[in-house]
Amino acid sequence: MATATFRIWRGDQQGGEFAQYQTEIDEGMVVLDAVLKIQAEQASDLAVRWNCKAGKCGSCSAEVNGNPRLMCMTRLNDIPLQEPVTIEPMQSFPPLKDLVTDVSWNFQAKKKIKPFKPRAPEPDGTWRMDQRDVDRVQEFRKCIECFLCQDVCHVLRDHQLHEEFIGPRLLVYSAALEMHPLDSEDRLDDLANAKGIGYCNITKCCTKACPEHITITDNAIIPLKERAVDRFYDPVRRLFRVLAGG
Amino acid sequence: MTEIKKHQYDVLVVGAGGAGLRAAIEASASGLSVGMVCKSLLGKAHTVMAEGGVAASLGYVDDRDDWKVHFADTMRGGQYLNNWRMAELHAREAPECVLELEAWGALFDRTQDGRILQRNFGGHKYPRLAHVGDRTGLEMIRTLQDHGIHQGIKVHMECTVISLLKDGDRVVGALGYEREKGRFQLFECRAIVLATGGIGKAFKVTSNSWEYTGDGHALAYEAGAELTDMEFVQFHPTGMVWPPSVRGILVTEGVRGEGGILYNSERRRFMFDDIPDLYKDQTADNEEEGWRYTQGDKEARRPPELLTRDHVARCIVRQIKEGRGSPHDGVYLDIAWIKEKLPKAAQHIQKKLPSMYHQFKELAAIDITQEAMEVGPTTHYAMGGIRVDPDSQMSTLPGLFAAGECAAGLHGANRLGGNSLSDLLVFGKRSGKHAAEFAKENGFGQINNDQVEEVTRQALAPFERAGSSDGESPYQIQYDLQEMMQRQVGIVRNEEDLLDAVEEIGKLRERAGKAASPGNREYNPGWHAALDLPNLLTVSEAVAGSAVKRKESRGAQAREDFSEKDEAFSKVNVVSYKGSDGEMKIESREIPEMGADLKQIIEEMK
Repeated sequence: MATATFRIWRGDQQGGEFAQYQTEIDEGMVVLDAVLKIQAEQASDLAVRWNCKAGKCGSCSAEVNGNPRLMCMTRLNDIPLQEPVTIEPMQSFPPLKDLVTDVSWNFQAKKKIKPFKPRAPEPDGTWRMDQRDVDRVQEFRKCIECFLCQDVCHVLRDHQLHEEFIGPRLLVYSAALEMHPLDSEDRLDDLANAKGIGYCNITKCCTKACPEHITITDNAIIPLKERAVDRFYDPVRRLFRVLAGG
Repeated sequence: MTEIKKHQYDVLVVGAGGAGLRAAIEASASGLSVGMVCKSLLGKAHTVMAEGGVAASLGYVDDRDDWKVHFADTMRGGQYLNNWRMAELHAREAPECVLELEAWGALFDRTQDGRILQRNFGGHKYPRLAHVGDRTGLEMIRTLQDHGIHQGIKVHMECTVISLLKDGDRVVGALGYEREKGRFQLFECRAIVLATGGIGKAFKVTSNSWEYTGDGHALAYEAGAELTDMEFVQFHPTGMVWPPSVRGILVTEGVRGEGGILYNSERRRFMFDDIPDLYKDQTADNEEEGWRYTQGDKEARRPPELLTRDHVARCIVRQIKEGRGSPHDGVYLDIAWIKEKLPKAAQHIQKKLPSMYHQFKELAAIDITQEAMEVGPTTHYAMGGIRVDPDSQMSTLPGLFAAGECAAGLHGANRLGGNSLSDLLVFGKRSGKHAAEFAKENGFGQINNDQVEEVTRQALAPFERAGSSDGESPYQIQYDLQEMMQRQVGIVRNEEDLLDAVEEIGKLRERAGKAASPGNREYNPGWHAALDLPNLLTVSEAVAGSAVKRKESRGAQAREDFSEKDEAFSKVNVVSYKGSDGEMKIESREIPEMGADLKQIIEEMK
């Protein structure tokens, strides 16, 4: 059996450093397997989040050799193992311990987005929807909330504008609500102002990071930006507002 | 005494999968204060893994379906050991619960005329499963979560309950710890709903994550509630088998629902060779008819691949044991073959089974639109659990309710696919409603501080043992338990192995008393594993002991030494509880007589 070396960040809010571990690796192993093996055999208090181990729950997000990844979906045979494999926690969020970060901001920010409000149902109490309209939103609803898109977003990662900008994950969530065939709520004012959609400068880092392959920028953020622009900067509407004394 | 943070709620819900969320939403709707505790982050519970769909007789795809057919299917699948009242309520209420989700924003796949699309699944007579591709569970948990966060529920994420607190017979609180700092949390409440899910981590090959250590089962048992049907553990027939690190990860039954076939190393569709009498009339006797069924032909009968999970799992095991398995001890599951039947089959598969496509592509480097998968049985679901009143979901202890996988009754000896997602909606809702009613009628109880102190002292013991020479790694003890349970209490059982297993569990319990956790209380998984161990051991003992008691083969219980059904066991459930001497007692209880109206439905549907 082959052996590989892993450099894993160990620490907490006060700071930390990389610790080096060697472990045996087996065919088909993913990065999370190696981390759990090290935990079981060498470092029982090594903190890591994980659940489904099948890319469906979005718990085990981390940075593997600098790349934003779900550890459970990153196969070791896709990584060069001659060099140590570096595993760090996500950098956009405060560290809690080792590979675990404080992602609570995502949950708080989500709560401030206006919830789903369906239009009145048909006389039989249900709704008819066309599969085509459903398809568009289902892409966004594939999101597993791994927060890797938030991790790589410059506005959050480099500029730490968590108070002014909700980030790609929550823009996808907003898009899913805005484009929901039944939704009747209006979130555009909010998105343009409190949620800071203007901060996104479309570098598409989030789209590249998404393990669910959601086309975040093109299908979610740009259409939302366009809707906001149409409402607030459309010259005809502006003229109308001026004439109306608005 | 260690510092303890105190919280007070009218209703406390333990667990935030589908059942917990649904219970919390319902309790909150009655105007009470509701707290919800979950072991992981919100939205990560095992519901997220459910793939195929939620069973409800909406009748949108086949209007012959109604609650009576669903009821009869559920009872037949459970080999008539189900709590028939729960099966009735479930079948009657599932459709409105699914529609409720749609009103909260869930987006199910649609029929041509814009209604909810329903798919075929094992044991269901008509296409009945509302679904979203193969990620129905994600859709459901996210819908409940996103609706729930606006209902004033206070969520305690990454917090684990380690003991229930009693005032006399009544359950009046819970003690837990939060993972981040390891601080103890005391919850005072008027009623508690347990919705902690399954016990899969007692076995080596499982589709369950680290969380499923039978916490709710063990908490209720220790507090004095009864467990029932614990011998019935569902081994899902199709888990991944290769590579080794992914062994056990679920492959949805939806693959077979969409036309996927099982064959052995001789390319024989072995499922045609063994069709139980109970299902002969409903099962296709040739491949062509089976295919037509999966494509919606109402005249066709279902292919034998869609027989109940217990049966399919056993047939697969037999193929492997008799040397007709695939290279990595599985059999072949093939959906790629449908290209013989359908134009653009590859696109069709990717649309219908996107997460399966993704899972095999990324984890096994296999393109399921082009080649067959290798699959084998994996521990998936506990039919057994906390014994509850069918209408209110209250356990045998006042103030303690249970819903979802940790409660028992609905599924009997074998659960039908799709019935767990509907179970958690119907009985999550009921448990929340009745817990709220109980809370309105009963005040807060008295917390026993001595009990609190004793629990915290025991919980911290693994740290004290960290320096001692006979301290042992909790991971190793858990691993040894899983190996033993897999070997001796697995799909095919016998008396000798089972009795030996019970003895082994005793020895493992002694070792668990020496589990040591180096490090401190802050986010320390070694400590968490040590605290989960006693729960795993309790449920393992209940499974093995109940399997000894049931000297027959029925549903998920297959005994080599009693390979047939025994009429005497067709009228009893096996119940386990903690005796006054502290030992586990296991006994048979007569199933109450079913009402004439329900009996008639079963007769009519035979």
